Amino acid sequence: MVAKNDKYEVYRCAGFGESTVNAALPVVAVAGHNRAMREPIRSHHDMGGLPAGAVEKTEHDYAFWEKRVDALNVLLAAKGHLRVDEMRKNIEALPPDAYERMSYYERWISAIANTLLQRGVITADELGRKMEEIARREGVRL
Amino acid sequence: MSRPAASNAAVPARFKPGDAVVVRRAYPPGHVRTPWYIRGHHGTVVHALGPFPNPEELAYNRPGLPAQPLYRVRFRQSQIWPDYVGGAGDTLDVEIYQHWLEPAGAAP
Repeated sequence: MVAKNDKYEVYRCAGFGESTVNAALPVVAVAGHNRAMREPIRSHHDMGGLPAGAVEKTEHDYAFWEKRVDALNVLLAAKGHLRVDEMRKNIEALPPDAYERMSYYERWISAIANTLLQRGVITADELGRKMEEIARREGVRL
Repeated sequence: MSRPAASNAAVPARFKPGDAVVVRRAYPPGHVRTPWYIRGHHGTVVHALGPFPNPEELAYNRPGLPAQPLYRVRFRQSQIWPDYVGGAGDTLDVEIYQHWLEPAGAAP
């Protein structure tokens, strides 16, 4: 291994199935694999078939903010500012602990914000200042 | 998703209902639409659903063209899950884009 960050480990490797490290070969980034491409890493969201508890069949009313998130998503899609595929990509990109901790619509609003940042519709500075302004108005601490 | 306006913006269909296919055993990073648990498994095409812009490209705000044919592929549950306790004839349908499929002999 020649480098490591949160998501990727970079190996010198000879190709699929090669287990010996060969420093003479070019460095390749093996994204999504943890040992010289021998063991692919499963993304956290891609959990179909993994052990899980029983499905809880519960009905609940949506909170007003959840309805607003849904409306925001519909409007932004209609105006061409985001696509559902970008939303999914950004939800899947959440770190596992955030993915587990956040509720359904919390994941949605996170994905909306990230999509708009990636597209340049808003800037992080604009969003941060607006969040500060609203927190002051509502008397809450961020 | 919407269908592309021009038919030449679609990849030609390789498969038809009844064809035996195998899902590619690939693990790229990024946004992919083929679930982990189905990769490497053999199935049979039951419906050709037509071409759609590739969602794996749309996820990065690119056009997703040429459009990829989408298929409904049927798998045997007992072959997907080693500890499956349901009926031997139980099946699972998964919608899979053509670029994730290869031709296969008869399902084992």
